[in-house]
Amino acid sequence: MTYIDPAAEWTEGTVETRLAVPDMHCAGCISKIERLLPMQPGIRAARVNFSAKTVIVTHAADLPEPDLLRAFDAIGFEAQPLHNAAAHERGQALRKLIRALAVAAFAAMNVMLLSVSVWSGADGSARDLFHWISALIAIPAVAYSGQPFFRSALKALKARTTNMDVPISIGVILATSMSLYETIVGGHHAWFDGALMLLAFLLAGRVLDEMMRARAASGAEALVRRTAPGAMRLDADGSSQWVAADALAVGDRLLVAAGERLAADGVIEDGTSRFDLSLLTGESAPVMLRPGDTATAGTLNLDGPVTLRVTAVGEARAIAEIARLMESAGQAKSRYVRLADKCSRLYAPVVHSLAAVTFIGWMIAGAGWHQSLLVAIAVLIITCPCALGLAVPVAQVVVCGAMMRAGLLVKDGSALERLAEADQALFDKTGTLTLGRPRAFGLEALDEEARSIARALAMTSRHPLAVALRQALGGEHVGPAALTDIQDIPGEGVRALWQGQPVSMGKPRESEVDIVTAGAEDQTMAVALDMGRGRRAIIRFADALRPDAAQALADLRALGLPASIMSGDRAEPVRALADQLGVDGEGGMRPADKLARLQSLEQAGHKPLMVGDGLNDGPALAAAHVSMAPGSASDVGQQAADIVFLGDSLSGIPKSVRASRATMRVVRQNIGLAIGYNALAVPLAIAGYVTPLIAAIAMSASSLIVVANSLRLRWAVK
Amino acid sequence: MNGLLFLIPVALLLGLTGLAAFLWSMRNGQFDDPDGAAMRILIEDQDKPAP
Repeated sequence: MTYIDPAAEWTEGTVETRLAVPDMHCAGCISKIERLLPMQPGIRAARVNFSAKTVIVTHAADLPEPDLLRAFDAIGFEAQPLHNAAAHERGQALRKLIRALAVAAFAAMNVMLLSVSVWSGADGSARDLFHWISALIAIPAVAYSGQPFFRSALKALKARTTNMDVPISIGVILATSMSLYETIVGGHHAWFDGALMLLAFLLAGRVLDEMMRARAASGAEALVRRTAPGAMRLDADGSSQWVAADALAVGDRLLVAAGERLAADGVIEDGTSRFDLSLLTGESAPVMLRPGDTATAGTLNLDGPVTLRVTAVGEARAIAEIARLMESAGQAKSRYVRLADKCSRLYAPVVHSLAAVTFIGWMIAGAGWHQSLLVAIAVLIITCPCALGLAVPVAQVVVCGAMMRAGLLVKDGSALERLAEADQALFDKTGTLTLGRPRAFGLEALDEEARSIARALAMTSRHPLAVALRQALGGEHVGPAALTDIQDIPGEGVRALWQGQPVSMGKPRESEVDIVTAGAEDQTMAVALDMGRGRRAIIRFADALRPDAAQALADLRALGLPASIMSGDRAEPVRALADQLGVDGEGGMRPADKLARLQSLEQAGHKPLMVGDGLNDGPALAAAHVSMAPGSASDVGQQAADIVFLGDSLSGIPKSVRASRATMRVVRQNIGLAIGYNALAVPLAIAGYVTPLIAAIAMSASSLIVVANSLRLRWAVK
Repeated sequence: MNGLLFLIPVALLLGLTGLAAFLWSMRNGQFDDPDGAAMRILIEDQDKPAP
């Protein structure tokens, strides 16, 4: 924690902003952020939450967002603003459930202690005393911890339907009030322990289930976040000022500096620069845009400043169109009914009628209302779905923990159910099957001097090829050369002086590229290094296939998921790659085409798994039965996908499929165990043989068996 | 029997203390960042001992 002198110059108001910083890995990152960030202008303090990978920054109220992000950039981290409060609300709901669980578990343990004495033979005044103490503990605890169930049951009854919470609420309330009556009249059996244990087990299931629910933030929301939050507007008198994105109007002139994202669609009026369109198209090669060309919101200006005349803002932007596609595509997925819900829909009416029939049966048999009610309560308590409530969430939580250790982040428990059903795999090409970033090769041909100059030149540019070169040379033991007079010329490259002689790195001439690459690759995927030695050295780049792509696709086929490629790239490279991997492939597909393909597949009864990374895959990821994205994906891709796999390897995909199938196997076993337990215990309960002691043993034994069975999944990810 | 009258309240009180401690630590944010707490111990502080 950073210590701040309260007497420092902070007299004006400060505000707190939460930002996501995904690339924190170690204690060093925490201390670096918390120590260095407050030294940046306008920032007072920073507090890292490592588990959530977020930073809460306390800063001056008038510090604009871009400056905040720049401050992170200055200390070497990339931050993304978090505008959604949804995650916070979910945390609150989980907290409430954990509090209820803590109270129920505490009360259940203490009442159980007293009950054990009663079962072991305490009678007379001692039993009455124990019952009274139990009542004093149990009644407030039930009133507090039962609220999540009571509320949901009430809501269901108001809507004239029934759900799992109705029999639970009736059972708990009846058991508690009957026990209170028994205590007052000095009866033999009190069910306080049963009611509380039931609540504790059910709440444990609810807590786990809540942890596995999808985060409410939708992919569409993340998409709009990818555009700049505002822009520098040029006014008629030549002055410029920062304007928020929603205050922009069609016809405004914006000044877009190198390295900035566009906040609105527009036509370039002045200046020439390369743009990174990968957000929209998925293509990694930058595109040169000149005056008169259109640029869309969310694209990144790479080289030089341009002036842009705005043609579309807000909902009219091309990126908002994709967001709308994603939203409508995602609705189909939210209608998916989870296995646990399917079970409870069948279960609730059965439990109701069993208890009612038991009560009526005993009344007819002439047992009197008191005895009949006690037996009916025993039936309600015994049939209450402790084990069933734990069956699904425990298995999912265990397997998600195991998958997380293997670098697979599951965002929603139902994703595992859907993945286990998948029967087809569709892959995007760039960034999914390939690494999605250019990789330099042929660097061995350069001598040490050339490498150190290349590294120094590459460090001065933000261009993707320069970044790739920097990464490739960074690992070698060649320090960057000392350069002077560095010039960054948009569309050409960088120039500098090295020991007095001019050196440069930039776009190769067409004749040079033809010699080396023989037209095999895009000519933008090479740079020429000129060291004033006559012949220029050409460094080529290519987007490499992920190391084990072929093996992963073969594994998937063996698992019954034949793969095909669906790419927005040009048709020839897609076909070449598809042939190399031995799968089907189609290129030139726009986001809407991918979406249409997925929808027609689903109508034909298939359950496709979509693997993609870019913004252009967003609608397809949202529409697919289940979807996965690499950790390198745009945050739209990551938000829209159900499972994110980290690292360069694709082997996580077959691993996830195997793990999800193992999970569903265990879940079915668990449900079978829970139902089997009921089949044994319910006849006993109906016959009136179940005492509180038997109920306690039966409930805990069935729950423990289900939990133990689920723990086997710790080793399911291989 | 007299022992019980004394021991049961003591046991309940101890249990309640534990429950209160748990609820307090949850409200106080002790469980907000478990991974971070594990990492922070490794940070070398530049704080000097008080003079």
